[in-house]
Amino acid sequence: MNPLDSLYRDLIMDHARHPQGKGLQDPFDGESFQVNPTCGDQVRLRVDLDNTGEQPKLAQVSWDGQGCSISQASVSMMKDLVEGEDLDQVAHLEEIFGRLMHSRGQGIDPDEAALLGDAEALEGTSRYPMRVKCALLGWMALKDAVAKAQAGDNSPAGAPEGI
Amino acid sequence: MTASSGEVLTAAPLTDSELVAIRSDFPLLSRRALTGQPLVYLDSAATSQRPRIVQDAMRDFTDNHNGAVHRGAHALAEEATDAFEQARAAVAQFVGAGAGEMVFTSGTTAGINLLTTSWAAASRGAGSGAARRFAVLPGDRIVVTQAEHHANLVPWQQLAAATGAELAWVRVDREGRLRLEDLEDVVTARTRVVAFTHASNVSGAVTDVAAMVAAAKEAGALTVLDAAQTAPHRALDLAALDVDFAVFSAHKMLGPTGIGALYGRADLLEAMPPGPTGGSMVEIVTMSEATFQPPPSRFEAGTQAVTQTVGWAAAIDYLTHLGMDRLAAHEAALTARLLDNVGEISGVRILGPAHPSNRLGAVAVEVDGVHPHDVGQFLDAQGIAVRVGHHCAQPIHRALGVNASTRASVAVYNTTAEVDRFAEALDQVRAYFGAAL
Ligand SMILES: Cc1ncc(COP(=O)(O)O)c(C=O)c1O
Repeated sequence: MNPLDSLYRDLIMDHARHPQGKGLQDPFDGESFQVNPTCGDQVRLRVDLDNTGEQPKLAQVSWDGQGCSISQASVSMMKDLVEGEDLDQVAHLEEIFGRLMHSRGQGIDPDEAALLGDAEALEGTSRYPMRVKCALLGWMALKDAVAKAQAGDNSPAGAPEGI
Repeated sequence: MTASSGEVLTAAPLTDSELVAIRSDFPLLSRRALTGQPLVYLDSAATSQRPRIVQDAMRDFTDNHNGAVHRGAHALAEEATDAFEQARAAVAQFVGAGAGEMVFTSGTTAGINLLTTSWAAASRGAGSGAARRFAVLPGDRIVVTQAEHHANLVPWQQLAAATGAELAWVRVDREGRLRLEDLEDVVTARTRVVAFTHASNVSGAVTDVAAMVAAAKEAGALTVLDAAQTAPHRALDLAALDVDFAVFSAHKMLGPTGIGALYGRADLLEAMPPGPTGGSMVEIVTMSEATFQPPPSRFEAGTQAVTQTVGWAAAIDYLTHLGMDRLAAHEAALTARLLDNVGEISGVRILGPAHPSNRLGAVAVEVDGVHPHDVGQFLDAQGIAVRVGHHCAQPIHRALGVNASTRASVAVYNTTAEVDRFAEALDQVRAYFGAAL
């Protein structure tokens, strides 16, 4: 596969063209707004928790934003992956994905990578340090939104006026 | 040949053999892209490549003349001081200014921050009576434009916030040109300063400086010209442009990073209180007070980037030998070709004037259905280096209806073939990403 095709795998382009969870949902327990400073790409992401069980679960993830195919596909894949999982597992997946992205094309243990579902296809991104930020944008928003939800803060996340 | 009103191109474009010779002066241009293809460097508006003589001059200074400038009585200190002051004179002459009007800074951004820091101090009462002309008071106005690079916007926002002044701006039209008709309403009698770019690093549009200066003068406001994009591409005569201050960076004009200059009219610099303070810029220092040197030293606190000034002087020498008129003629031809080629690609919109007159060769585009990061990645895979993102100018992007763009920018060492390769690659982008119908 040529390097460009290994970055833009079909699976990634499918998610980018048909993003999952796009469109903000109400009600929500936590919201985050994140910007990629190099390109101005933005994502607003909401989480809704399910606290009825022994462990709090991520009941719903919804988002809106603009960005490149990597950032859009990554949020979409993330939503598919983490929705319905308990928060410990979400944090675990986040940690694995972060390591994959920072592996500079070396990849990570295949068993771990397999836990990432479609998001494993983003491995090629790790070869392009400038693009890793794109892939992590949604994950940063998720982490922030979950932290807010757990802290009982469901205020709308701020963006400067005029954006 | 008349390119447009007021812009007369008399010089002949470079011949093929001249261009080959020029390219051979730039070692980096002969490296290959990661893909193994010849590298096509079309990102000179961000930072330009350097002719070998720049590094040679810095090496010679380092190996033979390095010493502390304006300090010490040994021969090296003398030689280093000479090199530093000769560089200042070379920069000044290159832009039609006096050496005493040229303050070295670390770049355009630092030059603007020097002004805003000094003026904030003047607003708090620092300096002599003459410094009051830089005081910005609550209810005063600071005028900028929507086309500014963040470097010539954010420091003014900060100064406005610190002083209680209001910030107002001239808008851009759909081609990214300044709407000069805004001037009448925007530049009020309480306007203290009009800070504007000589050319947008996004749209490439060159500003009608005379119109801006006339409006500012009528209001009694100071003018600050951001010449970061024009200094590399046009012969500048700051005295003739009649601006009060101007800023530019070496690294966009074939020189090294870490050095640039702030030009200020002699009488203004004389009256201005210092920005950053410390060593080298003082006369008498007691435990409680200090007096300051005359300009330009007053504005050069701390040890200066002397080696870089020597490299910059070499770059200016290179440009001077080439002839800025020949350079401009070559770049105008490349720009016209670039605009023609890109203008024909379906689904690609030029964010700036589509016609080459009164514009530089920075051509930013929106590719329908494909994000600039993806466009840039696609081009990079073909060995073509362009800039993607907002190019540190978010407001003009927003005004043109996009978040970010893909920008190709030419310099004297680029060829027609390179410009064509860019256009051919750009033409394939939408198909690759499935955006073309
Ligand atoms: C128009 C304009 N102004 C200011 C700057 C900032 O220059 P520097 O980063 O060298 O301080 C740039 C360069 O990016 C520019 O294009």
